[in-house]
Amino acid sequence: MLDGSALFSLRLSLQVASAATVFVVVIGVTAAYFLASRNFRGKEVVDILFTLPLVLPPTVTGYYLIILFGRNGAIGRFIYEWTGWTIMFTWYAAVLASFVVALPLMIKTARAAIESVDKNLINASYTLGHSRTGTAMRVILPLAKKGIIAGGVLSFARAMGEFGATLMLAGNIPGKTDTMPLAIYSVAGSGEWSGAHAMVAVFTLISGTLLYIANRFGKRMI
Amino acid sequence: MGLSVSLKKKVNGFFLEVEWEIGDELAVLFGHSGAGKSMTLQAISGLMEPDEGTIRINNTVYFDSAAKINVPAQLRSCGYVFQDLALFPHMTVKDNIRYGASGLEKSEREEALIKMMSAFRLNGLENRLPSEISGGQKQRVALARALIRRPGLLLLDEPFSALDNQVRAEMRKILRDIRREFTIPVILVTHDLFEANAMADRIIIYSGGRIVQTGVPSEIFHSPASPDVEALINPSGFTRPSGVALSFQPSPASS
Repeated sequence: MLDGSALFSLRLSLQVASAATVFVVVIGVTAAYFLASRNFRGKEVVDILFTLPLVLPPTVTGYYLIILFGRNGAIGRFIYEWTGWTIMFTWYAAVLASFVVALPLMIKTARAAIESVDKNLINASYTLGHSRTGTAMRVILPLAKKGIIAGGVLSFARAMGEFGATLMLAGNIPGKTDTMPLAIYSVAGSGEWSGAHAMVAVFTLISGTLLYIANRFGKRMI
Repeated sequence: MGLSVSLKKKVNGFFLEVEWEIGDELAVLFGHSGAGKSMTLQAISGLMEPDEGTIRINNTVYFDSAAKINVPAQLRSCGYVFQDLALFPHMTVKDNIRYGASGLEKSEREEALIKMMSAFRLNGLENRLPSEISGGQKQRVALARALIRRPGLLLLDEPFSALDNQVRAEMRKILRDIRREFTIPVILVTHDLFEANAMADRIIIYSGGRIVQTGVPSEIFHSPASPDVEALINPSGFTRPSGVALSFQPSPASS
């Protein structure tokens, strides 16, 4: 059903989404925990910054990422000076773009799950001599597990579907950075409808399955 | 030895101002809901910080606003049984109890665990989840978890309120056994007059964030200090959710 280059794109998409999801889960759950359970100055600003990629056009998110990580970017410049390497137009760039765009889904879902943990259980843990970190690891996160898994699956699905920011940051290089959404764009653009049909069908099936899994864990998270 | 509490706390227009002291005895905090009883327990355990005051147990200062001392809840040696028991739903009975013993050495912990399991008649339930055991069994797990590290103080926030009468009677017996084993101050918050009378060495009556009377049960029942107290302890005006017959009371109030 899928030809060689389509299979490459599918594999690349899965690889990019998996790598992005690892970072999304680690950073997203940590951020969600602090947003849910601590009060600190600038909390709302942090929340908005993390959520912005959810509502900004992916091209705008991609633009910011170029400004930050491009060869002349605020951070990318130093990386290039030290190593002669730039993330631009590599599959790592696709991971970065997918990470940033999928992160808000993880944070929103995990934060809701963490906030729904019974406050009395947390207090009980404190009175039993457990530190805040110990309580987070042994009481809060295990009880928020379902929401965290749902958030991880949603983030994976979103990372799989990333297009705009990926195009700006990683380009659409056949055999190198053309993830499935980009490959579909190229194929459809050149009028190869039969190839496009197959890819669209496979992609829809995968995304639908992921949503089904997320719903099973999260109960109407989205 | 014992516990001394003096605290002031203002929350949303409610003002709690109480001062009392007890030895290694069982004190019942008695009064209507919203009188500040649970708040007092939260302050003692360190879950809520008073605006002013001192909290001392056996000469260890837990809180002293003037000296800016506020020992975090984790470091206070308080066993606390919450009204809803707050058993961890994802942990088995054994893990719940073991969770209370994290400060102990591993071998000591396992030994204490075995001892608590049998003292609270929980053998055979080790690997059940809280959702799989009865109300009375949950109570015993909560008590075992609170007591396993041998705290210097036991706080009970209406722990028996959800139980039927037969199980309540059994829990009162267990509490008496606990008191033979642990000579520590025990504070029991209750709405139940019969329970207060049956269990208390001393009753501290709360009303609107203040203490209106303190004394041994017979003193309180024979000579209520004010019409307020009398209304609280006068069974004829008292709705009794537990349905315990009033004739069970060893020393009826004014009749």
